[in-house]
Amino acid sequence: MRYLLLIANDESVLAAMSPEEGQAMMVGYGKFGDEMTARGVLQDGNRLRPTSDATTVQVRNGEVLTADGPFAETKEQIGGYYVIDCEDLDEAIEVASKLPHATNGTIEVRPIWEM
Amino acid sequence: MLATLIRTTGDWDLAEECVQDAFARALERWPTDGVPRNPGAWLTTTARNRALDRLRRDAVGAAKVREAAVNAPDDDGGPADPDDGDADAGGDSGIVDDRLRLMFTCCHPALALDARVALTLRTLGGLTTTEIARAFLVPEPTMAQRLVRAKRKIRHAAIPYRVPPAHLLPERTASVLAVVYLLFNEGYAATAGADLVRVGLCAEAIRLGRTLAQLMPDEPEALGLLALMLLHDARRAGRVDAGGDLVPLDAQDRSAWDRDAIDEGVALLDAALRRGEPGPYQVQAAIAACHATAPTAADTDWAEIAGLYRQLARFLPSAVVELNRAVAVAMADGPAAGLALVERLEASGALPGYHLLPATRADLLRRLDRFADAAAAYRQALALAANEADRRYLTRRLAEVS
Repeated sequence: MRYLLLIANDESVLAAMSPEEGQAMMVGYGKFGDEMTARGVLQDGNRLRPTSDATTVQVRNGEVLTADGPFAETKEQIGGYYVIDCEDLDEAIEVASKLPHATNGTIEVRPIWEM
Repeated sequence: MLATLIRTTGDWDLAEECVQDAFARALERWPTDGVPRNPGAWLTTTARNRALDRLRRDAVGAAKVREAAVNAPDDDGGPADPDDGDADAGGDSGIVDDRLRLMFTCCHPALALDARVALTLRTLGGLTTTEIARAFLVPEPTMAQRLVRAKRKIRHAAIPYRVPPAHLLPERTASVLAVVYLLFNEGYAATAGADLVRVGLCAEAIRLGRTLAQLMPDEPEALGLLALMLLHDARRAGRVDAGGDLVPLDAQDRSAWDRDAIDEGVALLDAALRRGEPGPYQVQAAIAACHATAPTAADTDWAEIAGLYRQLARFLPSAVVELNRAVAVAMADGPAAGLALVERLEASGALPGYHLLPATRADLLRRLDRFADAAAAYRQALALAANEADRRYLTRRLAEVS
């Protein structure tokens, strides 16, 4: 069963981090990646550039409309994602809870709709 | 039966449909063929065979067919005795375990609380969607949709169908206990229809409570919940008169109460309290024990009960707890003191549509000889009460003060 873990956190908190804090976070993610790869659940995952680098695209009446920013203004933004392959939701929740941002952000666990 | 079928097929909707089919077939066949020696086993086998047929027709169901076939008891020799815990040849997985698995799945924290309760009542309590909707004061289509969504999420998000492993057990327990207690309450005072006490649901909740207490011997709240249910259930026989009318606690024939159940409840409560981790179920059981162990209504220690409700309010701050505290205070310190608390509660706009709020106010006004005010409050309560026995009680009281 595959799940997408969406890592939502407050970008302004991230931007305000000291280099040491940033380093510690990266170490945390490195550890998570190693552990989950060894366990065989990790399929894919990436950190995303902040929403200030985001572009939204819509096609209306055949016209491509682009705009600066994310699709919705929210307190927390998607900062990264993982695709994991787990036994069931309990395992996915356990994996999500190990993400460094689980302690100060929110992880959304979405089952992948296999086609 | 449904629990077993859900485990063997892994498909909640299919399991429900096939169980319904089995009952429909029983209605057709039993009048002509006669009732089988073991009706429950006949139904289970019929439902499972139906599920197998359905899965066979479905190519992607191939793996499930094998699984269901593996889990099926000896199909040729007829089903085993359903009372035999190992009827399903799956090693340690008996029918009781299936029910417990289903319980934990229905109460999974990834489901909304209202969905957990509804799902448990639907799948383990066997209540209709109409009854559940009524119990939660929501329109039936809303409840139907809630059930559909919950089952869909279990399937799509792969919520496991199992008793959680030890490290997850404590955090999943509170939700399960809450649901079992709601199930018990639904049986204790059925909200729809004329039958006040649906013995079956209470017995079911107590059975689940026993299993939980057994499974989690270190969880004092599981013991507390079982004690609470036993202490309430012990008074069942005295609670309704021959005409099906509700008898107030002070007028009940205490010799009709089940002494063994009271003794067991008190012993369980003592064992739980000795652990020194009080919780809402233990406190409620202590309140129930005060009532159940008072030799006469006049001997009831209302001051103790009022104090316990105050303690309960710390665990469960709710308007219903406050209303009960008001009743206890009225008994300990007089109806005027209780009425003040009830009126404060009403002024806060709490419990809209809850008939016991005006009913309690009416009783207190009656005891203060304010009959005109009491009559108005009884009418207000009558407009809200759904249960037939409650309505008869209120109508009788209204006649007394009119």
